[in-house]
Amino acid sequence: MGLEIRDLTVRFGETAAVDDVSLDVPTGAVTAVLGPSGSGKSTLLRVVAGLETPSAGRVSYDGEDLAPVPTHRRGFALMFQDGQLFGHADVGRNVGYPLRLRHRPAGEVRARVDELLDLVGLAGYAERMPATLSGGERQRVALARALAVEPRLLLLDEPLSALDRGLRERLAGDLHDILRAAGTTALLVTHDHEEAFAIADRMVVMRDGAVVQDGSLDEVWSRPADAWAARFLGYASVVSGEAALRLRERVDPGADWTEVALRRSAIRVSEDGPFAATVLAARMTPEQLRLDLDVDGLGPLAGVAETNRSVSVGERVHVSVVTDRLAPLRPADGRSRRTP
Amino acid sequence: MPRRTGAVVLAAIPLAVLVVFFLYPVAGMLDRGLRPDGHLDLGGVLDVLTRPRVHRVLWFTVWSAGLATALAVLLGVPVAFVLHRLRFRGQGLLRAVVVLPFVLPTVVVGVAFRQLIAQGGLLGGLDLDGTPVAILGALVFFNVGVVVRTVGALWEGLDHRAEEAAAALGATPRQVFTTVTLPALLPGIVSAASVVFLFCSTAFGVVLTLGGLRYANVETEIYLLTTQELDLTSAAALSILQLLVITVLLAGSHRARRGAVPHAHTAAARRPRRGDAGLVLLTAAVVGFLLTPMVSLVVASLRDQGGWSLQHYRDLQGDGEGNALLVTATTGLTHSLLVAVQAASFALLLGVLVAFLVSRRPRSPGAERLRALFDGVFMLPLGVSAVTLGFGFLITLDRPPLDLRTSPLLVPIAQAMVALPLVVRTVAPVLSSIDPRQREAAASLGAGPLRVLRDVDLPLAWRSLLAATGFAFAVSLGEFGATSFLARDDHPTLPVVIFRLISHPGEANFGMATAASVVLAVATTSVMLLVERLRVSSVGAF
Repeated sequence: MGLEIRDLTVRFGETAAVDDVSLDVPTGAVTAVLGPSGSGKSTLLRVVAGLETPSAGRVSYDGEDLAPVPTHRRGFALMFQDGQLFGHADVGRNVGYPLRLRHRPAGEVRARVDELLDLVGLAGYAERMPATLSGGERQRVALARALAVEPRLLLLDEPLSALDRGLRERLAGDLHDILRAAGTTALLVTHDHEEAFAIADRMVVMRDGAVVQDGSLDEVWSRPADAWAARFLGYASVVSGEAALRLRERVDPGADWTEVALRRSAIRVSEDGPFAATVLAARMTPEQLRLDLDVDGLGPLAGVAETNRSVSVGERVHVSVVTDRLAPLRPADGRSRRTP
Repeated sequence: MPRRTGAVVLAAIPLAVLVVFFLYPVAGMLDRGLRPDGHLDLGGVLDVLTRPRVHRVLWFTVWSAGLATALAVLLGVPVAFVLHRLRFRGQGLLRAVVVLPFVLPTVVVGVAFRQLIAQGGLLGGLDLDGTPVAILGALVFFNVGVVVRTVGALWEGLDHRAEEAAAALGATPRQVFTTVTLPALLPGIVSAASVVFLFCSTAFGVVLTLGGLRYANVETEIYLLTTQELDLTSAAALSILQLLVITVLLAGSHRARRGAVPHAHTAAARRPRRGDAGLVLLTAAVVGFLLTPMVSLVVASLRDQGGWSLQHYRDLQGDGEGNALLVTATTGLTHSLLVAVQAASFALLLGVLVAFLVSRRPRSPGAERLRALFDGVFMLPLGVSAVTLGFGFLITLDRPPLDLRTSPLLVPIAQAMVALPLVVRTVAPVLSSIDPRQREAAASLGAGPLRVLRDVDLPLAWRSLLAATGFAFAVSLGEFGATSFLARDDHPTLPVVIFRLISHPGEANFGMATAASVVLAVATTSVMLLVERLRVSSVGAF
């Protein structure tokens, strides 16, 4: 059962921030809602938390309609982008806050706070004030606070976006492990596909208030709904029309797709590659050379070359296609919204 | 939608009080003037506005208030910089000195300035008695602090990285000020100026005590017309005119305030540099100007028959030369304190409710318009003539079901209405500055609405609540306009006692008035010093 959202619409004045959305968040898994800013994903999360009133539709948990249930009785916990720790209370009091709300005995609160701080890797931080913590530490404390009463659903609003890159990657891994260890059901909204892939089991892609696609990570990743979704999921190029058929002929003659998304690493410079291409631009990275290519018969595509191969702009090269780095898009009739 | 119902119920309480104890009395007063014999007489009202005396009064009101406002802004902005953007020892005391005049009882200031310019006073030689200079000086004296606080609070919160960015792009300090700082401060300056103009054009106590028979503004004219000449039609006409002008001003000030960036940062203040010398000197001069009447008042209260003496203070236990008072001055003081406690509690209770409601940020445009209207309505008592309010109380709350003529709560209620906007203006900015997501985080962790108030709002707002209480208490101690109508002769407050003393002839009565003024000033000053220690920058800011 878990969380069910049916035909949900949220309007602010004339504009619909969320437009007729239906989706399920199954128990025991982490579901990520992925979308650019303005896609309505945060509004969706706020409706689930009970902070926003829907204009139409229904949100229920284990079959119970949540409309009449105020935020504080939903048994969820919401973790904000910037943690929103209470600045006037120390770390221990922040983490123990939901336990004290439920009148747990002081001894139990202390023990549980220590246990949670240990879980998020901040053992011994109980006396510190939030203002003295780094951004990453604050997010860890916010996570511990949100997990304190074992919420039946944990809501995460861009939990790592405010952090710098290295920290974000490390904390995403930690968050994945902590949520698994606690067996928490979670709904995560983010604009960063890497964050979604690192933390979630299931993914929902939103655009302009509507769900574009949902499914397991693998389903979404291997069959993007359309060119926009593919680019948003981190695919570097999309090939369609005649060019797509020409490419299909080469790499997968038995298939019937008509449009395909390619990761940058799908096009690789190699002496015996089947396609010829002109180098439009080249940029060095520690891992590889990133190229913009004009591939004969396929058009402009992103590609890579080994760093030890020198490539200059305007040079003619041969490229091969790495078949497991491309994802056929769903045919147009399969693109409609999933109706449960 | 339970949340919206809750807001409506909460809003109903202060609204009901405002209607019964503010709008109804004011409307009653206007009605009495507009329909003298039961039917509408607009001709009479328009006729009033053509009288030469009324023209003289209007012209004096406008130019004295305009000039005083300009002076207050010119002096206040540099002082705001020195007291809020620099950091030095003794700054807290100076800030208290600057905000103090605002809560000083108007009669006390009147007495102080009269003493200053009288024969034998410090400025006696300048022969200013009977000129408008004293009135102007007193108006500036009162309102410099309003400009300093309003602009200073904004200045303190300005992110100075914008100034640094401009400097890095090659702007000279002067260009930085005119192109970055001043535009950012402008909403605060406009807001302060409109409020100051409002205060100056409705000033009552100082004009009454200093203007004598020659100079009257709209407010004192309303007083004269109602109490001396019993010409209610003329009084009502002037009240309506005043109400219209004030509504426009309040709307303008509200609009200006909307552009002000709320306290985003607390930028690090810096130590004074050599280049600040001019501004520091100006600040010293302003502080000197503010202290002079006070010091001279204290000196006068201690001088009797050419020598130092505590005689005037001892006299406070009596009822004045020629029985000027019905009760002793000390009784008046006791009564003042009691009334102030009642008025402050009442204003705090209502003000916190209003501040709570106006600090919410509704999403729908309709609800936002309602919120803004609600906010504006509770600012009205700032500008409506306290005289109109006091007289309105007398003529409307005198029959069942609301016969309060003899109720000891009449004065506290009227004073609470006067203090209410100040409480709202002190508390609301603090509540608005709380990130709503703090409340949402607490709610999502299981805290109910009351628990959220206790755990999120209260820890961040308790200082402002205390400060607002103190502020309301101090304002109530000094309130004169409405109280002068409502306080019964056998139950006067100290400002009423002082006014009585200076209206009666006799050296001893004037000496007693100076002593009583010092006592009253010390009381309000002590309260304001405590308030200042709370470091709530919204106190006295608009």
